[in-house]
Amino acid sequence: MAEPIVRIDSISKSFGAFKVLDGLSMQVMPGEKLALIGPSGSGKTTILRILMTLERIDGGHIEVEGEQLYHMERGGKLVPADERHLARMRQKIGMVFQLFNLFPHKCVLDNVTLAPMLTKGVPKAQAQKRAMELLDMVGMADKARAMPAQLSGGQKQRVAIARALALSPRIMLFDEVTSALDPELVEEVLNVMRRLADETDMTMLLVTHEMGFAHDFADRVLFFDRGRIVEEGRPEEIFRNPKQERTQSFLKKIIAAGHRV
Amino acid sequence: MIDWSGYVGLMLQGALVTIELTLMGSALALFMAFVAGLGRLSRFFAVRALATAYIEFFRGTSIFVQLFWAYFVLPFLGIELTPLQAGVLALGLNVGAYGAEVVRGAVQSIGKEQYEACVALNLGRWQGMRHVILPQAFLLMLPTFGNNAIELLKATSIVSLISLADLTFQAQVVRAQTGNTLVPFSTILIGYFALALVISWGVRSLERRLARGIDGVRV
Repeated sequence: MAEPIVRIDSISKSFGAFKVLDGLSMQVMPGEKLALIGPSGSGKTTILRILMTLERIDGGHIEVEGEQLYHMERGGKLVPADERHLARMRQKIGMVFQLFNLFPHKCVLDNVTLAPMLTKGVPKAQAQKRAMELLDMVGMADKARAMPAQLSGGQKQRVAIARALALSPRIMLFDEVTSALDPELVEEVLNVMRRLADETDMTMLLVTHEMGFAHDFADRVLFFDRGRIVEEGRPEEIFRNPKQERTQSFLKKIIAAGHRV
Repeated sequence: MIDWSGYVGLMLQGALVTIELTLMGSALALFMAFVAGLGRLSRFFAVRALATAYIEFFRGTSIFVQLFWAYFVLPFLGIELTPLQAGVLALGLNVGAYGAEVVRGAVQSIGKEQYEACVALNLGRWQGMRHVILPQAFLLMLPTFGNNAIELLKATSIVSLISLADLTFQAQVVRAQTGNTLVPFSTILIGYFALALVISWGVRSLERRLARGIDGVRV
C-alpha cells in the first residue's frame, strides 16, 4: 500500500468565535480524485485554502509527500514553518479559484508564463512553449494574446487551470471552479478537468456543487458538515445510497434546487 | 510704450526654471511616495512607524516653512543647499507625503484574490508586488498623481521667496522694471495654466495607454 500524499492530522481552524474545522483528520492517496461536498460553511473550502497556505491552522499537523506543511524540523523539534519552507512546499500544490483570479493586466500567455519564469527561472522561450502546450490542452491556444477581460468566464477558468498546471504541481485544488459560471459555460470547464483526470496521475481535490460531475469524476466523495466528515465513500455509495440522515437531506435539497446527480 | 521684446527671454528663462523644478520635484515626490507608501504596508513596525512619521510631518507642516528650513536652517547644520536644491527637496518631500497615501490606498484597493493568486503561484512577496499588484495599483494612482503634479507645479512659485528665478520671480522683476502689473502677471497666469494642461494631458494619455485591454472596452 502506497503512502498517502496528503495526511491531515486533527487540524482545527477558527474564524473569530466560529470554529470551522475541529480536529479534522483525513488522508489522500497519490493520484486520487477526491470530491468534497457539503453545505456552505461546512469547512470544505477552508481545507483547500489551508493546503494552499492561504489560511493558517490553529492546531494539528499536515503532511504533504511525507513532509510537514506548516512545521519544519529544527534540532529534532518541530517548529512553525518559515516563508522559505512554505515556498518549497507550495511547489507541490496548485489551486484554481472560483473567481479565476487571473491577472487582468497581463495577456493570457503572460498569465501562464509569469510564475514559471519568476519562481523556477524558466527561460522565456521555454516557458512560452510549455504555456502554449497547456493552452492548447485547455482549448485556449488561439486566445494566447487576448486580455482576460475579453474572455468569457469559462475561457477565463480554462486559462486559470493552464496557469496552475504550468508549475507542474503534484496536487491540484479546485475550489468551486464552476460556481461563478453561466450554466452553458460549465461543461467546457468540466471537460478540461475530465481530460486532466484521464491523462495525468495528478492528485486532485475538488470542492463542488456539481454533484453529477463529482459522481463521474471522483474516486472518493467526502460529505462535510460543520467542519467534520459526516460520511465518505465511493461516489455511487454516497449519491445512490447515503447512510447518514444528514447526507440524505443535503442531497435531497441539492436535487430539489435543480442540480442533477 | 514699453518694449516687451527684452522681457520675453526673461520670462522664458523663468518658465524653464519652473519646469525644471516641477520635473525634479515630481521625480523626488514619486520616489518618496513609493518608499513611504510601501513602507506603511511593511511587515516591520519600525519601517511602518518611520513612514508614518514622515507622511504626517510633511503633510502637517507648511511647505513655506519646509522650504525656509531647507534653505535657511540647514546651513546651520552644515548642509548648504543651492536655492534649486532646497526647492526640489522641499517640494519633493512635501508632495511625496501626499503621494505616499495615494500609493498605500491604491495598493490596498487591489482585491484579496490577486494576492491569493500570487500565493497559489508561489510568487514571493516582492515578486507579487512588483509584477501583479503594483502594475494594477499604478493605474489607480495615476489620476491622483496628476493632481499632485499640478499642485507641485503651482507650489514651485514659492521658491521665488528664496530668490530662485522661476516664472513668478521673473514676473516680479518685469513688473519692477516696467511698472506694468497686468502684463507680467497675466502672462504667468496663462503660463502656469498651460503647463498644468500639459501635465493633465500627459497623465491622461499615459493612463489610457496603460489601461488598454484591462477593462475590456478599450481594446
